[in-house]
Amino acid sequence: MTRTDRLLDDLAQQEYPHGFVTDVATEVIPAGLSEDVVRLISGKKGEPEWLLEWRLKAFRHWLTMEEPTWAKVHYPAIDYQKIVYYAAPKSVSESRPKSLDEVDPELLAMYEKLGVPLKEREVLAGVAVDAVIDSVSVATTFREKLHELGVIFCSFSEAVREYPDLVRKYLGSVVPYTDNFFATLNSAVFSDGSFCFIPKGVRCPMELSTYFRINQADTGQFERTLIVAEEGASVSYLEGCTAPKRDRNQLHAAVVELVALDDAQIKYSTVQNWYPGDREGKGGIYNFVTKRGKCAGRNSKISWTQVETGSAITWKYPSCLLLGDHSVGEFYSVALTANFQQADTGTKMIHVGKNTRSTIISKGISAGHGQNTYRGAVKIGKGADGARNYSQCDSLLIGDKCGAHTFPYIEVKNSSATLEHEASTSKIGEDQLFYCMQRGLSAEDAVSMIVNGFAKRVIRELPMEFAVEAQKLLGVSLEGSVG
Amino acid sequence: MSQPLLEIRGLEVAIADDGNRILNGVDLTLRAGEVHAIMGPNGSGKSTLAHVLAGRPGYEVTRGQVLYEGKDLLAMKPEERAREGVFLAFQYPVEIPGVSNTYFLRTALNSVRKHRGLPELDAMDFLSLLDEKAKLVEMEEKMLERGVNEGFSGGEKKRNEVLQMAMLDPKLAILDETDSGLDIDALRVAASGVNALRSADRGMLVITHYQRLLSYIVPDVVHVLADGRIVKSGGKELALELEAKGYAWIGSAGSPPGPGATAPR
Repeated sequence: MTRTDRLLDDLAQQEYPHGFVTDVATEVIPAGLSEDVVRLISGKKGEPEWLLEWRLKAFRHWLTMEEPTWAKVHYPAIDYQKIVYYAAPKSVSESRPKSLDEVDPELLAMYEKLGVPLKEREVLAGVAVDAVIDSVSVATTFREKLHELGVIFCSFSEAVREYPDLVRKYLGSVVPYTDNFFATLNSAVFSDGSFCFIPKGVRCPMELSTYFRINQADTGQFERTLIVAEEGASVSYLEGCTAPKRDRNQLHAAVVELVALDDAQIKYSTVQNWYPGDREGKGGIYNFVTKRGKCAGRNSKISWTQVETGSAITWKYPSCLLLGDHSVGEFYSVALTANFQQADTGTKMIHVGKNTRSTIISKGISAGHGQNTYRGAVKIGKGADGARNYSQCDSLLIGDKCGAHTFPYIEVKNSSATLEHEASTSKIGEDQLFYCMQRGLSAEDAVSMIVNGFAKRVIRELPMEFAVEAQKLLGVSLEGSVG
Repeated sequence: MSQPLLEIRGLEVAIADDGNRILNGVDLTLRAGEVHAIMGPNGSGKSTLAHVLAGRPGYEVTRGQVLYEGKDLLAMKPEERAREGVFLAFQYPVEIPGVSNTYFLRTALNSVRKHRGLPELDAMDFLSLLDEKAKLVEMEEKMLERGVNEGFSGGEKKRNEVLQMAMLDPKLAILDETDSGLDIDALRVAASGVNALRSADRGMLVITHYQRLLSYIVPDVVHVLADGRIVKSGGKELALELEAKGYAWIGSAGSPPGPGATAPR
C-alpha cells in the first residue's frame, strides 16, 4: 500500500451531520407484515375500498415473489417480519396540522436543524416543501399559492382523499404493482409521499420538493411519489433525504412514478443522503427504490438528476419509457460510495416512439472499501425509427481497496438507431494531490476539488441551491479520507 | 549579512520504497534576490532536489537539513511550505479535469492569503489581478476557464505554471525543467514571464538540463549537480562552458561519474 493510498484510505471515514434522533412521541405499530397490517395502514389513512383492494392484490402478489439477487451488492437476508411498517409522530397521526402554526415545534426545530425550514418566508419563496417523517407528511408549504394556478401539491394521503380520481387514474400506471419485489412491497404498505399535478399549459412557478426523514428505529419508509404533467406543463421537483445514525440497518423502498403528456417536461432531482453506516460498515439505510417516468406524449421530456452520497446500499434505476414520438429522456448521476457503502445504480431508457432521444451521464466515485456499479439498459424497439442514445460512464477511484463496475446492456431492434457509449476509469493519484497541495490546498480540499471537477457535468444539471448543497455534500462525504 | 532565504546543508536523500540513494550531500545557500541555476546530467538528482524541497511524498531524508528563512523546511507539510512561499513550477504539470483554472487559482491564492493573515480576495479584485498576470504569459481568457491543464499543449502547461507563480507571489520559486518540451517561441514567453517576476525579495532556483534556458533567464550563480552532489559552482559563464564541453568534463574534475553522469545527447 502506497502512502497516497494510506492517506486516501483515512479519507474514507465520514462525518454524517444529520445523524441525530428527534425525541417526539411516536405512534408505532408492532413489527411484522400480514394482510392485517396492510388493512391497518389503509384504515389509518381512511382510504377508499379500491385502494385497499389494490394494496391487497400487491401484497398477495408479493408473497409469490423472490427478492432479486442480480445486483452487485451483498447484505444479510432481510427479515420482513422484523420491520415496522407504520410509525408517525402522534402530533401528526392523531390529527394532521392544518397549517404550519399547528405543527409541533419539536418537528419544526428538526427540519430547521436539517436545513429545511418549513416556512413560507419571502427568502424561501422559490421552493415549496412537503415534509415527510417516517410514515406521514407533516406539512406542505405554499399549497394555497400553487392552488391558485391549478397546481396540486400535497401529501399522497391527502391526494387520495381530495383527488381520488386523479390518483386512481395514474397510480401504478408507470410502475404496476407487479413490477418488482420492492415496488410490489411498497404498493402493499406505502404510507405517504407527495403528489404533484400540473395542469395543461402551466409552468410551475416554483420548485416543488419533498424532504424525507426517517426518525423512528426499526421502521421502514415506503413512500410513493406521483407527478403528472399535463399537455404543455412543466415542473422541476427536488427531493432530499436523511436519517439518524443507528447500528441496525433500515429499509427504504420507495416508488416514484412520473407521467408527461404531450410537450410536457418534468425535471426530477434527488440529493440522497440517507445514513450510510459507520466506518466498519455497521448500520445504514438499504435504499431499494423504483423510479420510472413515462413520456406518454409527443415532444415530452423527463430528466432525472441524482446525487447519491448516502445509504449503506443503493439499488436504484430511475428510468424513462419513451412512448411519445420525439420524446426525450435524460439521466445524470453521481454516486459516491465510501467506507463499506455499495451502490448498484443506473437507468433504463426504453425507446418506443419515433425519433426518441436519450442521454445517460453517470459518474461513480469509490473510496475506502466502497463498491460502485453502473447498470444500465438502452432498448430500441422495432418502431423507434431514428432513435438516438448517448451514454457516458466514468468512474473515479480513491485509494486501492474500492471498486468500480460497469454493466451496460444494449438491445436494438431498429437499424436506423444511433447509439454511442463512452466509458473511463481513473484514479486520484499522488500526482494530482501533490500538485494541489503544492499550491497551498489542504489534502481534503484537494480531494473535494478533484471529485467535484469529476462530477461537474452532473452537478450543473441541478437547480442552483441544490448544486451548492451537492458540492458541499461530496466534500463532506469524503471528509477524513485524507490524513 | 542578512539571513539566507534557503540554506541546504549536507542533504542526503533516498527513495523511500527501495532505499536507493539519490542525493549524496548537497550544500547550497541562496539569498533573496538571487537566481541560482542547477544544471546536471540526467539522473544526477536535479528533480529529486526540487521535489524534496517542495515536500513530495516518496523520499526519505537520511541526513542533513534545509532551512527556509531560518525555519526547518523539512518539518513542514507540503501545503504549509506552499503557504509559506515555496513554489514549484512542475516539469510535468498535472491535469485536473472539470476544475476551472480560474477556480483553482482563486482557491489556491485564498489558501495562501489566509495563511499570511490577508483577507480573501473578492471575485472582482481576483479577476483584475488575474487579468494583469495573464498578460505576463500571454494567456488568453478562454484558457483560464478551461479545466486545469486539461488538454493544454506542453507550452500552455508551462505558461500556466508561470501564471500560477505570478498569482501566488512566492518568496522562493523552484523551476523544474521549465524549458523541457518547449519550442523556442514558447520558451521565450515562459522565460519573459519568469524574468518579470525577478525581484529583490524573491529567490529562484532554476533547474535545467540545457544552457538554452539560461540565455533567457540569466542566473547569478550556476551549480553543477552530478551523482547527487554539487561538484562545481560558478558564474553564468559556467553554463556556457558546460554547453561547449558537456558534463563528462565536470565528472572527471569532480567526483567519479555516477551511472547517470553522461553527456547530454
